[in-house]
Amino acid sequence: MHRLATKYRARVERPEWAPVGIDLDRPSAARVYDFYLGGFHNFAADREMGRQAVQMWPELPEIMRSNRGFLRRAVEFLVDAGVRQFLDLGSGIPTVGNVHEVAQRRAPDAKVVYVDNDPVAVEHSQAILAGDDRTEVVQADLRDPDAVLADPTVRRLLDLSRPIAVLMVAVLHFVPDQDDPAGLVARFRKAVPSGSYLALSHATAGERADRAAEHRGLYQRTATPMTMRTREQVERLFDGWELVEPGLVYLPQWRPEPGSPELDRPERMPGLAGVGRKP
Amino acid sequence: MTGTRWDAPARDELARAWAEALQGTSFVALGRPELRQLTRRLADTVAAAAEDPGADIAATGEQIGQALVDAHFTDSAAMDRTVALLGRQVVGTAEDPRLPLLSGAVAAGYTRALLGVVLSEQEQIRMAALHARDRARAALQASEARFRAVFTDAAVGIGIGDVAGNILEVNPALVDMLGYPAEEFRRRTVAEFLHPEDAASVWDDYRELVEGRRESFRAEKRFFRADGATIWTQLTVSLIRGPDGDPRFQAAIIEDVTDRHRLTERLAYEATHDPLTDLANRSLFLSRLANALADPTPGARVGLCLLDLDSFKVINDSLGHTVGDRLLTAVADRLTGAVAGAGSSALVARLGGDEFVVLTRHTEPDELDQLARAVLDAVAVPVTIDGYQLAVTASIGAVDAPAGHSSPADLIRAADITLQQAKAEGSGRVVFHDPDRNATQLTLYTLAATLPGALDRGEFTVLYQPLVRLADGQLHGVEALLRWQHPRFGTLGPDRFITLAEQTGAILPLGRWILAEACRTAAAYRDALPGLLLSVNIAVRQLQHPGLVEDVTRALADSGLPPDRLQLEVTEHAVMTADPAGPPAVLRKLAELGVRIAIDDFGTGYSNLAYLRRLPVHELKLAGEFLANLRDPASADPADLHLVSMLVQLAHGLDLTVTAEAVETAAQARCLREFGADTAQGWHYGRPTTLDRVAAAPWPATGPGVS
Repeated sequence: MHRLATKYRARVERPEWAPVGIDLDRPSAARVYDFYLGGFHNFAADREMGRQAVQMWPELPEIMRSNRGFLRRAVEFLVDAGVRQFLDLGSGIPTVGNVHEVAQRRAPDAKVVYVDNDPVAVEHSQAILAGDDRTEVVQADLRDPDAVLADPTVRRLLDLSRPIAVLMVAVLHFVPDQDDPAGLVARFRKAVPSGSYLALSHATAGERADRAAEHRGLYQRTATPMTMRTREQVERLFDGWELVEPGLVYLPQWRPEPGSPELDRPERMPGLAGVGRKP
Repeated sequence: MTGTRWDAPARDELARAWAEALQGTSFVALGRPELRQLTRRLADTVAAAAEDPGADIAATGEQIGQALVDAHFTDSAAMDRTVALLGRQVVGTAEDPRLPLLSGAVAAGYTRALLGVVLSEQEQIRMAALHARDRARAALQASEARFRAVFTDAAVGIGIGDVAGNILEVNPALVDMLGYPAEEFRRRTVAEFLHPEDAASVWDDYRELVEGRRESFRAEKRFFRADGATIWTQLTVSLIRGPDGDPRFQAAIIEDVTDRHRLTERLAYEATHDPLTDLANRSLFLSRLANALADPTPGARVGLCLLDLDSFKVINDSLGHTVGDRLLTAVADRLTGAVAGAGSSALVARLGGDEFVVLTRHTEPDELDQLARAVLDAVAVPVTIDGYQLAVTASIGAVDAPAGHSSPADLIRAADITLQQAKAEGSGRVVFHDPDRNATQLTLYTLAATLPGALDRGEFTVLYQPLVRLADGQLHGVEALLRWQHPRFGTLGPDRFITLAEQTGAILPLGRWILAEACRTAAAYRDALPGLLLSVNIAVRQLQHPGLVEDVTRALADSGLPPDRLQLEVTEHAVMTADPAGPPAVLRKLAELGVRIAIDDFGTGYSNLAYLRRLPVHELKLAGEFLANLRDPASADPADLHLVSMLVQLAHGLDLTVTAEAVETAAQARCLREFGADTAQGWHYGRPTTLDRVAAAPWPATGPGVS
């Protein structure tokens, strides 16, 4: 009967109190990302998948680093723009150089709420963040904006009447079209006041459509399959936001640090990044 | 090596080269400025060790390795390039024998630090996974406990089975509901719970569900209990799929709605049945009739026998309602018996009071005929109630129509009219519907329905027909006649609606109106037509109404018409048959006002001359029938001529003037003049028209006058 009850619940629409299953034999997008970034917060299944992906697409770790670099530069830009509240949707494992470290190094009063639906990632984040009262982690699904925005922790830490930076960095390509990613972004936009920002990066097939397809196939194994989108589709996610300079560009092109070596063929890093401001 | 070897520029150079070597080997925790700070710190450490002969090279290496790992340079490329850099820029250029050891010390320190990070991060993620799993397990247990509580304590029955139909689990409520022990459920399959009266759709839906083509369905379904009784349930079945999406289990939620169902049935029955006789009521009859008329089968016919007891009111009033009710019940039984006896499946309904109807669906017109007669015979057999032997008869109006051609309302109206005919023809009869007769009746029906509002809608007008003095052809007066401008039937004369108005009572306001209207008009023509007599008809109902005298008084007063200029025409019939205390007294009061009284249509009833003598009458109006016989006096029966002559003399003998109606020819006029009649009216002198045109016509009249 126990087994039966589990199955019974699994398919009926899941009530809030019903648990999410934990299957460590299945790669997790959050832990695979950690592996790409040289972290050790991962298991054999995650590393196996990561290695296969790198074999297929040797630039992947560099792409991930590029994305991580964008996140850092974007957070620095936002802090400099005066933003002190960050809602990081799909935060994963807070590997080195994560949002609260970058933000609080520049502005110690910056507040950060991490949101992820991976229970292990959330548990880990909680362990790391224990004792930090300006940074919290919430287990929620960004596909349910109302639940995220109504979460008591989010409400306690963030003041929705003051500008907030909504971070959707390398996460919306895990949201399929039927879940209406543009609608989700719009819902968050409506919830935050004027002067808020959206920082977003998104996988795009770019000129490597062949590899992208294989890569997508690989992610089918995870709980979060991947959807690559075209530049036009990614631009549409910024509807209602005003893109700040330099607009929607390849990851390394977004406000590179002075003195960085000129990148040849930035399209090798097939991720698009941009920051938009709510007018 | 001298102290100047590690001056500031040298350290800067080492820091720059080191930053370049590390650039891109790690995970961008650091921006370029931070990276330069780090490598400057490392260069300082190297320089310090190089300049201090007593420095501990192993400790320095350890420190540098640790710093690199702390800054997240955990990729082996970072170590590789650091060792190469140190070999090139520090060790290779030094004479100090200790310095070659530095590369190895850095590598050792780096390895130890990295191992520490690996172990720590692995520990962290493993702990996170364990905690997450504990949390999930606790949530699962809580959820399982909740599910178990819901399943066990639910008031509704819950059953879970696999998609092959094997029942795996049932809750106590379901065990109670159906009365089988749980073990027996588990031995059975879903298909064994088929009930012979299940709607086919239930099992179609079920098949679609277990095949994964639908996620759930709801149905009302009967089940047999273990004790053989049938219960009604509201059944909801949901499909449960496995992680691969394939159908795995089905969950049924079963609610016993037997009581609700019975109540609904009971209410539906009561809403459609007559509580006294248990027959179908009007509502059920109407819906069955509508269904029958919508039958598309070729040749399908619908028959109605509308039945009404002939003397029910007498029985009810004299023997009481209890007897009346029992009689109605007995009649209901007779009707049901007669219909069944005729082998018919006709519906018997009570429409209200003592009105019943039999509705048949048949193909041969004479089936209705037979049924109607069987019903009539059944009712005619005397009934004994409370010792009273009651012989009741019924009248039946029968209508037969092909389905698809009539509306229920038309058919009922036809049956109703036919029933009225049957009753008019005497009791205990069946009359079959005759469409021609019905057309007249239908017109009457429409007129009766539209009459009450017609006055308010201004549909009536008054026309005036000249009354001409026979002696000199001068205009003597006018008779006011009503016209109804009917929106559907056009202009209608009084013959079409006065009887109806009498029956419905509409005559009272109508009579009051024409009296006032005609008086006002006649008064207005006092100068144009001096001495004109206005003659207005008064109906029986008006004569019986206590307000007549007042109405006349007011009409005269309001118009200013002198009383002796008004003549009221009452029929012989109205005066003769009325209660002696009524009309004669009214007539006397009217005469006292100075108004003239004329007896209209004289000679058509059983004239009581002795009675007439005592009434305050001034004039007789000879009925048109007498004149019809004089159309051509040359060829007329001498007896008819003599009769008219005698009537004129009789009237004059009683001191009454005589007016002849319906004078159509000059010959008739001449004849009447010879007989000494006083005045005449009819088409010969002019049809009813406006008073304006009467006044404009040339008087004395020589031939056909006003047209």
